Parts: sequence; structure tokens; C-alpha cells
Amino acid sequence: MSAAEAIAPAPAVNGCGRRTAVGVETVGMTKVFGSFTALEDVSITVRPGSFHALLGENGAGKSTLVKCILGFYEPTRGTIRVDGKDVEVKNPRDAQLLKLGMVYQHFTLVPSLTGAENLVIARADAPAIIDWRQETKRLEAFFDEMPFRVPLDKPVSSLSAGEKQKLEILKQLYLDQRFLILDEPTSVLTPQEADEILGLLRGMTERGELSVLMITHKFREVTAFTEEVSILRRGRMVGAGKVGQMSTDEMARLMIGDQEIRERAARQPFNARETKLELAALCAIDDEGLPALDRVNLKVAGGEIVGIAGVSGNGQSELIETLSGQRPLTDGRIVVRSQPFEPKRADMDRFKVFGLPEEPLKNATAPKMSVAENIALRSFDKPPIAGLGFWLKPSPLRKMARELIGRYRVKTTSPDAPIETVSGGNVQRAVLARELSGDVDVLIVANPCFGLDFASVSEIRSQIMDQRNRGAAVLLVSEDLDEILELADRVAVMSEGRIDYVAPIAETDRTTIGRHMAGH
Amino acid sequence: MSDAVRDGTGLPAGAGMAEWRDRIGRSAEYLAIPLFALIVSAALFSLFLLALGQSPGQFFQLLWVGGYGTSFSWQNTLVRSAPLIFTALCVAIPAQLGLVIIGGEGALVLGGLAAAVIALPLAGTAPPAIVLFLMLVAAVGVGAVWIGLVGLLRYGRGVNETIASLLMFYIAISILNFVVEGPLRDPASPNKPSTASIGEANMIGNVPGIDVHWGLPIGILLCVLLYLLMSRTTFGFAARVTGGNVRAAQGQGLPVGKLVVAATAIAGGCAGLAGFFEVAAIHGKANASLIAGYGFSGILVSFLARHNPLAIPPVAILFGGIAAAGGLVQRRMGLPDATMVVLQGLIFVVLLASETLYGRFRIFGGKR
Repeated sequence: MSAAEAIAPAPAVNGCGRRTAVGVETVGMTKVFGSFTALEDVSITVRPGSFHALLGENGAGKSTLVKCILGFYEPTRGTIRVDGKDVEVKNPRDAQLLKLGMVYQHFTLVPSLTGAENLVIARADAPAIIDWRQETKRLEAFFDEMPFRVPLDKPVSSLSAGEKQKLEILKQLYLDQRFLILDEPTSVLTPQEADEILGLLRGMTERGELSVLMITHKFREVTAFTEEVSILRRGRMVGAGKVGQMSTDEMARLMIGDQEIRERAARQPFNARETKLELAALCAIDDEGLPALDRVNLKVAGGEIVGIAGVSGNGQSELIETLSGQRPLTDGRIVVRSQPFEPKRADMDRFKVFGLPEEPLKNATAPKMSVAENIALRSFDKPPIAGLGFWLKPSPLRKMARELIGRYRVKTTSPDAPIETVSGGNVQRAVLARELSGDVDVLIVANPCFGLDFASVSEIRSQIMDQRNRGAAVLLVSEDLDEILELADRVAVMSEGRIDYVAPIAETDRTTIGRHMAGH
Repeated sequence: MSDAVRDGTGLPAGAGMAEWRDRIGRSAEYLAIPLFALIVSAALFSLFLLALGQSPGQFFQLLWVGGYGTSFSWQNTLVRSAPLIFTALCVAIPAQLGLVIIGGEGALVLGGLAAAVIALPLAGTAPPAIVLFLMLVAAVGVGAVWIGLVGLLRYGRGVNETIASLLMFYIAISILNFVVEGPLRDPASPNKPSTASIGEANMIGNVPGIDVHWGLPIGILLCVLLYLLMSRTTFGFAARVTGGNVRAAQGQGLPVGKLVVAATAIAGGCAGLAGFFEVAAIHGKANASLIAGYGFSGILVSFLARHNPLAIPPVAILFGGIAAAGGLVQRRMGLPDATMVVLQGLIFVVLLASETLYGRFRIFGGKR
């Protein structure tokens, strides 16, 4: 028994004293919400010490499954087996005692506390009065056992995203969890950080110290790091197997089923045209009053997509906000077709500037207003909907909405249903209908596919490509590097509020971009 | 109630039946939940009465008689409803932009004061029609500036509009007191500091046939007009987008700041109108009687009406009735004056709690 474990606060290790991975099985797991079956007869097996990928589109039931395993939901039918024994997981605390832990997509650490404080307060048995000197000693001993470490004495807010993610994982290990569920763990990391962390986890599983079930939609991570994969579609298990024996095409087909997917719009050859959008030394501050944009310069020509890559939180959202009038500029100017542009309605109309913000329900719609009204946001004050300049005519509004709802296949009970009642993909389609159905000259896009299913992703990307092919200048901010590599003609990397690296897509690669994302 | 109706998913867009069922379902929800809240409040209030050893049955019977039982009580009710309509509008219009304005009382007081002040030098010299018109303009203008200032503070400096409007109410009272106790005090009213009377000729009078002043029909008309403004004009649409999601409104380049200031100014104008009618139709002068709590009851009315201008008149009449019956309940049951305030408070608390019920009825099944 190692020294660390001898004094480790968490309850006992198993008999022979080594940290050993825990295996989990679900048998016939079913979860019904009212009339909706979210999960139907799903049996998966995660062997002890394996690195298992859980693939599926949004709404396929992945999160329902892991919530059942962790005791957040009570399954309607089915059982959970831990190390071959039937167990009951009635609440998250039961799961913790069974050494099942989860790392969420977004950080759950307390930013103002240090790493050490975060770890110690997470313990279920944290004493009322904490002897920090002793705790620090214990932590040091624990860290000596770990394949990676993070600074423990700095507030979490000053750590990089990769360090935070490592700390989240370390927290679970510190709590002695031996079965980790990771929910899209790499979405906030640079490619290098992602590879590093997944590599370390892989090492731990190979040594039999840990089992991992990773929810993901990145095939690259599945093939590079995991051994086995289970695929869900519409709440059912549709395939499982060894990663080496399945092609990614096969996985994709199982994930999306026979759904028809719109063919991606082909990239037409790029012929450099005039610069349509120019950002000249843009500066802005964030909500805390700290500099968020530091003299951002960028030019986007008609007929090209410029992708802005970067780890989230490096000024991308502030950039989008300044371009869409949600945040004032402290300095610099926006120029459209050689004329100063202010993100006001008149200029947006005059220069035909449109936008697809991220999380459209939050940023581009009034959730309680109807689908029809939300589709009319761009046109309600112009004929034929507006008469005499101020009178709103409901029938042309509804007519236009009906037409666009049909054309963009927005699934809704009625044009009058509040837009918050339709699904994410349909909200995004309604926003597409509003922003892309007219004549577009400049298009500003941010994480357009975040949280959408395959079919929607494909459709949205091809619509963006369509706009480019028609000659619009497209600025695409995305946290998904694959999306940028697929769509963009040129890539710009944003780091700490600056854009210091711009390159045509053909002259760069993932590693170079990743290096600049990390600020080097 | 509406769960079954609202759950139908996957129906093709444009299916007429589904649309209508959808609409009716939603309207039914807006009607049923406030009604439910009223019933729950009545039940809780009955418990309160029982605890005092009083009969709830007698109370509600007296409430009916005192509020709506006779033509006299109707008149009393309607006279009290008129200012409630205006002050409720002062809450309802900013609410469409997501602003919670609770200082309508201040705009009412200052509107009334402005009306009296402008009438005093003109009384007896100018024709009554002109005096009344100028009084109206002054009351609406002062009210609009007063609450418009709240909107300006909100937009320009990020000051919370709820707190600002409430605190400005205290300033408004101080201004009224200063004016009626100081420069414009009428020496003829030693016990209750007031301005001089605006003169019988300059009073607006009653609607022919009923003993209710013109504030009631004008208030109802204003509700209809403002309903149309909010639902059928580009201004109202932009205001609702701003209220629904200010980020979306900014993203569409809508002039959020102007909309906020305009909506608060309209709201203040409505409350100012309440002050105008209180002076021109009831008191004939400005004094502390203007501070009758209409501005605060108006908040309750607007919330119960779900900030829908068309629902404000009936709700105002309901609360006017409760206020009108107060005296009768006091005399017959020996209950203190504050009993009615307890009832109003209960309704408000239950109503706010019932807000969480909206949309609950589709939680099982349907959408994920």
C-alpha cells in the first residue's frame, strides 16, 4: 500500500491495496418520460480498465443513459452492474460510493478558490475545520501518484482551460472514483491539450487504474484513444464493438441511421474579390472591464470564409458581440465596403449584413415570441409587413413565416407556437430562414453547429458555403477546429484578444494552428 | 388543462386545426392560472378570517354587496377603477420590455400636482376647455418625464429601474409636500395643506347617464390603443423583442435605448393621466389625498392582467370593487381597515407564485 493511500482521506481501497478500475454494465436500461421514451433497452458493457466511447447525436439518449448510471434519474426498467454485481444507484451519492464519477463538459470548479481548496471541499467528509497544512501534505502525496499535476496554490480562475480540465479529472481521482464518465471533455481545449489529456487517461486505463466512458462526437478522438465504442440512436443501442474493427463511416452511419443528409455544398474555386468586411484595430472590454479585444485587424473578401479559431474565452464572443451591436467598441472601427459600419439596423440593412450567433435561442430569438414573429425579426419594419411605416400587418407576416417555415423545414406545431417550444435544430433553422433567405453580403457566424444533430450540421454548413459561393464575405468564429478546417478559405487564430496568425487553409495544419491557439 | 393540446408535435406547419388548438390552449392557460391564483388567495384569506373568528361567507357576501351589489356600489367601484387602469398601464407597458416599474404612484402624484399648478393662474380667465387641455398636457408631460427618467437611468447608467422608480416616488411626495405646504399653499385650508381649488368650472365632470367621471371610458380607450400599439405596430414589436431577449434585439440593430426610454415615458404619461383625473374630476386641487395607493394597487392589477392592456379594465374593476367594499366590511364586521390590504397582499403573493405554473403542463411527454 502506498504512502499516499495510507493517509488518503477517501475510504478504503480494495483488498489488495492497488487502485483498480471499476467495470460497469447496464442491462436493459429503459427510461420513459411521460409518453416519450428517451432510452429503450440499452445494454452496454464497460470492462474494467477499458476506454469506451459513447457515440450518438443530440437527443440520442447519451446523457439520459449516464444520468441513469450516476443516479440523477431513476431508470424505468433495467439494472446497473458494477464489477458484475447488481447495484442500486438511487442518487449521485450512491454512485460516488460505488466509485463512479463524472467530468462535465463545462467546469464545475469554484473559480475563486485554489486547486487545493477545490479538491478538499469536494470531499464528502471534509471536516468543518480544515487543517490546511496537513491537507496540503496529503495532496502532495496524492499528486506524486498521478501521471500529471496542476499548480495547487493558484486560484482556478488563473489556470488555463487544459489545466482546469486536468484538475476536474484529478478531483474525481482524488475522490477515489475508479470509473469516469467524461462528457465531451475536449471541447474547451486546444488540440494539443486534448491529445495530452486523453493520452494520459489512456495510460491510466492501460495500467488498469481506471475505466473511462467518454461521450463524444469527434471520430478522431474515438479512433485515436478509445478501445471500444457503443453507439446510440433515438434511445436505442444500434451498434457496439472494438474501435479497430469499425470504420468511422460505419460509425457515422449507425449514428444517423437512414436519415437523408443534404449533400454538402461544393466549394467553388475561390477568386479573390474586393474586401467587403474590414476590422480595423478593434478594441473592447469584457463584462469585468478587462481588455477582451486588443487591436483586432482582419479583412474578409467577398466569396471567402475566414475562420477564427481559438480556445473559447480568448475574445471570440466579445468580437461577435461588437460586430452585432451587443457590446460597444472602445476603439477601432468596422468598415464594410470601404464605408464605416455601425451595427445598427439601418447599416445592417444598407450593407446587407447578417448574422448567425451561437446558441440562437439565447442570442438570436425572443424565446416567448412565436416562431413566425421570430422569423420576422429582420423584416417586420419593412413592407409588405409594415404599412405606413409603423402599422404591423399580421397576415403578410404570417404568410412570409409560413413560406419560410416550409422552405427551411422548420418543424413546429404552428407558426404561433413560442419558439422556445421547438427543438434546437429547428430554432437554428428558423434563424437561418430569417438571416439567409434574403440577399446577403456580409455574414457573421459563431459556432453555428453547437449542439445540433448531424443532419442539421450538414445542412447549416452547406448553407454557409452557399453564401460564400454566391459572393458573400463570411466571418466564421468556431471552437470546433474541424469545422473551420472544413469550411474556411483562410484561418485566423485568436489568442488573448489578439489575432496574430492568419493563413490560407492550404498552407497550415492542425499543429500550427494549435500552437497559435496556445498563444505561441 | 392545455397539456394535451400543446403537446402535438410533428404536425406539418400550416395545419389549421392544430394552430387553433394551440392558440386556444395558450389563451386558456393565461385565463386559468390567474383565476386559479385568485381562488387560492380567497381560500387562504378565508383561513385568515377564520383565525380571527370571522365568517368568510359573510365577508365575501359583503364584498359583493359593497363592490357590485347596488348601483351606488358600482359607481363607487368604477370611480376607484379609473385610476387603477392608468397606473396598471404604467406597469404593463414597461413590462413588455422586461422592465419592472413600481413607482407609478410618484408619476400620479406629480401629474396631479402639475395639473393643479397649471390650472391655478388660468382659473377664471381662460375657457375651461383650454384649462382642462393644458392640465392634461401638463400631467401627461410631467408623468412621462418622471418615469422616462427612470428609463434613461436604466439605459444610460444601468440603474435598476425597480429601485429607481420606487425611490423617486419618495422624491415625488417630497415635491408635492413642499409645494402644497410652501409656495402654493391655500390659506383657506389650514388643516390639510392643499393648493387652491382649480374652480368648479374647470372640473371635468361625469359621463352623462352614470355618476362616473370621464377617466373610466378614457382609461378603457387608452387600454385598447396601447394594446394596438404593443401588438400591431413596429414600435410594439420592437419593444416586445427587446423585452423577450435584449441580446437578440441588439443583434437585430434595434434601438434598445430609445425603446426603453419611449416605453417608460408612455408609462409615466399614463400614471400622470391618473393624477390629472384625480385632480380634475375628484379633488379639484392637489393635496396629500393624491397619495391614495392607486399607483401601488396598479402593480397588482397589471400583474393579474399579465401585463395585457386589454385585461386591465376588468381586473381594475375587480380591485376597485375590493377597495369600494372596504368601508362596508369595516362597519359590518368590525374588521380593521388593513384587512383589505391583507387580501391584496395575499393575492399578489399567490399570483407571483403561480407564475411558475406556466408551461408546467407539458413537462411530461412531448418535447425534450
